[in-house]
Amino acid sequence: MDTQTYWNRETELMPRGRLKALQLDRLKTTLRRVYDNVPYYRDMMRERGIEPGDVKSLEDLRLLPFLTKRDLRDTYPFGLFAVPFEDIVRVHASSGTTGKQIIAGYTRRDIDTWADCMARCLVMMGADKNARVQVSYGYGLFTGGLGAHGGAEKLGAMTIPASSGNTQRQINLLKDLGVTVLCCTPSYALYLAEALAEMGYTKADLSLKAGCFGAEPWTEKMRVRIEAGLGLKAYDIYGLTEIMGPSVAQTCSCQNGLHIWEDCNIAEIIDPDTGEVLPEGQTGELVITTINKDGMPLIRYRTRDITRLIPEQCECGRTHIRMSRLEGRTDDMLIIRGVNVFPSQIETVLLSSGEAAPHYQIIVERVNNTDSLTVEIEVSEKMLSDDVRGMEELGNKLRRSLDSVLGLTCKVRLVEPKTIARSEGKAKRVIDKRKLD
Amino acid sequence: MTVKQLSVFIENKPGRLAEVTGYLSDAGVNIHALSVADTTDFGILRMIVDDHNSAREVMKAHGLAVKATDVIAVGLEHRPGSLAGVLKELGRAGVSIEYMYAFTSRSKEHGAMVIIRLSNQAEVMEKVLRTEVRLLGEEDIDDL
Repeated sequence: MDTQTYWNRETELMPRGRLKALQLDRLKTTLRRVYDNVPYYRDMMRERGIEPGDVKSLEDLRLLPFLTKRDLRDTYPFGLFAVPFEDIVRVHASSGTTGKQIIAGYTRRDIDTWADCMARCLVMMGADKNARVQVSYGYGLFTGGLGAHGGAEKLGAMTIPASSGNTQRQINLLKDLGVTVLCCTPSYALYLAEALAEMGYTKADLSLKAGCFGAEPWTEKMRVRIEAGLGLKAYDIYGLTEIMGPSVAQTCSCQNGLHIWEDCNIAEIIDPDTGEVLPEGQTGELVITTINKDGMPLIRYRTRDITRLIPEQCECGRTHIRMSRLEGRTDDMLIIRGVNVFPSQIETVLLSSGEAAPHYQIIVERVNNTDSLTVEIEVSEKMLSDDVRGMEELGNKLRRSLDSVLGLTCKVRLVEPKTIARSEGKAKRVIDKRKLD
Repeated sequence: MTVKQLSVFIENKPGRLAEVTGYLSDAGVNIHALSVADTTDFGILRMIVDDHNSAREVMKAHGLAVKATDVIAVGLEHRPGSLAGVLKELGRAGVSIEYMYAFTSRSKEHGAMVIIRLSNQAEVMEKVLRTEVRLLGEEDIDDL
């Protein structure tokens, strides 16, 4: 193993006992604060007859109810903010199940904590202030771009805010600026590797050493292909808008699980059906409690991501617990080009257009390493026109509504009635043809 | 006077048109005129048939989306210039044709038929076509 360096040595190598004590201390503070400042949390706790003082150990966290995406929707947009409004300096957003966004609010200290966690991730990949970090995640409401950017600047690296798209320019930047670290989605990394070859270059023309890739599912095989194509070591980064954004967890050079920053988060694994906390090491749904976040603390938030915790000490020296590569989701959420898509959003668009009976199917494919989303819609008698232009206009109208609600471009294909396969009367909504290898 | 045209939504794939016309054949429906307007993914099959009620029923029974539209059927002499003459009239009146299709038989007199769908159909029929051309009804078509 290479000699390890750390961004925040004291925190990252903190002995487990001290780390647990820090977690408990921060948990108590967080609970007291949300009880006092957020009526929604106070009501939830009162319903269960619990007061912040009842939580005396980390295990007592189990006394508290779970928080789900639904709670975030019900309190949209600011209902879970735990600080005076004047202290919020930024919001990010991600899509919810009904097309309504979920808003996350950050204080200046939260932004700083986030950047610190991201800087740890970058250093974990071997980066230092001499690094040249190209951020090819989208900048905007999506946390990827600004999240990675904040960490890279905090590290003191030369940060290149390339954002997503314009592949040729991305390649030129990588080559001309001698970029050493790349941050983007894994599918985009593969796409860049192919574009590199098409432009007549090889990985030898680049100076890349490492890349952190996340915001969508990927596999070991993809990792190997990305590493071969771009000549770098690929790291898996995890995060979600509700909790913070990228840098909730990341793989270290041991490539055996993602370290969850436990000074900021408490991770639990539950049985998604019963809600029961599973013994360490068992596979289930990841539940996260934020304990170092002021703007919008989340208590026992159900991520819907399936993983397991790896409690053994890691060879890299970091004491923070690891989770395995994500194994799936407990709901029907799709992640397409880094954007969360729920089938119900598509249904809502079709219903509200007044045109279509909601017989549709979502087909996700990976074409040239980029996800493509096609919505097949059965043509009902009501939709039918004797005019081809009328039908094309209908298709385009539906596509434009879907594009704007989903926040990504999709294709619409009109199909004959009753051609979408139904099982037990219910249409199979999602065909995911992406081969993640 | 108009006639009923049936429009059917058909996906663009090999053999599909054969299947759909097969349903009509099984129901003993005869097709007088037919056209297909197509895009890459789908087509709209438009037909004038001898029994549009049966045709519609059988296609619906096979799960197809069917729509009935009133169109104009114009009977023409089967000779050079007869179609051009009618279209010239429409052009002069500033009428736009949404779509049309035509077929002919061996008969010289009224041996040609043009099916036309116009944008402002009712008005045009009243003012332009009424006196100038021979409009066909469903029975006329059956007799052709």
